[in-house]
Amino acid sequence: MIQLDQVVKRYRTRAGRHTVLDGVSLSVSKGDKIGILGRNGAGKSTLIRLISGAELPTRGTIVRGMSVSWPLAFGGAFQGSLTGIDNVRFICRVYDSNFKDALPFVEDFCELGKFLKEPVKTYSSGMRARLAFAISMAIEFDCFLIDEVISVGDTRFHEKCRHELFDKRRDRSMIIVSHEARNIREHCSRACVLTDGQLREFADVDTAYAHYQAA
Amino acid sequence: MSTAPQATSVASGLRIQTRVTGALIMREIVTRYGRHNIGFMWVFAEPMMFTLGVVIVWSLLRTHSTRLPVIPFVVTGYSSLLLWRNTIGRCGNAVEPNRSLLHHRNVRVLDLFVARLLLEVAGASISFLTLATLITTAGFMPPPYDIFPMLIAWLLLAWFAMSMGLIVGALSVLSDAVDRVWHVIGYLFLPISGMFFMVDWLPQRIQNLALFVPTVNCIELLRGAYFGPGIHAHYDLPYLVTVNLVLLLVGLVAVKGVAGTVEGE
Repeated sequence: MIQLDQVVKRYRTRAGRHTVLDGVSLSVSKGDKIGILGRNGAGKSTLIRLISGAELPTRGTIVRGMSVSWPLAFGGAFQGSLTGIDNVRFICRVYDSNFKDALPFVEDFCELGKFLKEPVKTYSSGMRARLAFAISMAIEFDCFLIDEVISVGDTRFHEKCRHELFDKRRDRSMIIVSHEARNIREHCSRACVLTDGQLREFADVDTAYAHYQAA
Repeated sequence: MSTAPQATSVASGLRIQTRVTGALIMREIVTRYGRHNIGFMWVFAEPMMFTLGVVIVWSLLRTHSTRLPVIPFVVTGYSSLLLWRNTIGRCGNAVEPNRSLLHHRNVRVLDLFVARLLLEVAGASISFLTLATLITTAGFMPPPYDIFPMLIAWLLLAWFAMSMGLIVGALSVLSDAVDRVWHVIGYLFLPISGMFFMVDWLPQRIQNLALFVPTVNCIELLRGAYFGPGIHAHYDLPYLVTVNLVLLLVGLVAVKGVAGTVEGE
């Protein structure tokens, strides 16, 4: 269970304080698949970072009763001067996972071959995304946070990711934020819209999408 | 503001802290020294080479006053210098290269500093210990008069350096200029840091001023314990502990302050 209660997030900007989230509450049970729609700058990534715990709310509380991933499926969360393998090692240490078990899976899944021994800063964005996805699948979480649905690599690799995350890990919770409805419609059972710092939940994805389009 | 990151006890919190700090230290070692040749041993090989080089140059040039044997004087002084200067200096750019690691909940800005501080202090300490042992065994410097106060002096200096490191590190998050200016300050601070003199050699009026400098107190205590009753060391321990406490507090508050402004890239 993850519980957000009246979460407020403000940032200081040159033009004064900017409120991104203004009293967001949400409760996620085991197995829930929640899609959150929002336009660019609506605060989707901020919300995901707060749920992950990478940032702290200005006000309100977030209780994580299950293990939660970092925001997945982009090139971040890596240290550029470390090699791919050293990044796997680092992340295993931080999450108390067994590196020896994780490495063969990552090697096999990301298909980066000898480049795993090169610094991540030399990778293309596609290679980085493949490594990121492979590492995040090597560590088990109860809830996955997904910031814009993974468009990793070519169609075949994309399908492999979809299978690994959405089929094999059907029983886990997921929170997907996106600015478009297709992936949310495909994978989510609950749907919310984030506008003006407020999160509103709708009965189904289509109602949410209609509201999102009208807003 | 209160966020409960799962129900964590103090024990499991400590376990996570140790794990994350360890992972960050390993990450530092690998990117700084790689796995080539002697790898992580550079952590202390580098300061050792530095100190040894200075010892040799000073001994050959004989520029030093003859009031104390030159080799132990330089070994104690230069090792102390490297302890505070490297430790503080490494905090200048600690956050930026690691920003992407802040995506992971258990990695906090303070951890980035702590990892570097521990690594530098360990490097300088192993370097001092190894070098002093080697030179003493080789017969070029007498064994210390009393080791325990030397250990206290070393720890107090490390405490000072780590507190200053947090302050300089936190400020450099706000502006790159801080890192650069610190290097200049560190250099200009050299002559008054206590490395080149004993307080007893100074005129009375300047002695009191010199004892305001925290590092001077540490080095006096260190050398006083090393050389024994043959020399007169001046230091003010209550003052030193007070300064260290205040600096540490300021450092922690400063890091907490800037941590809220830093986010993963």
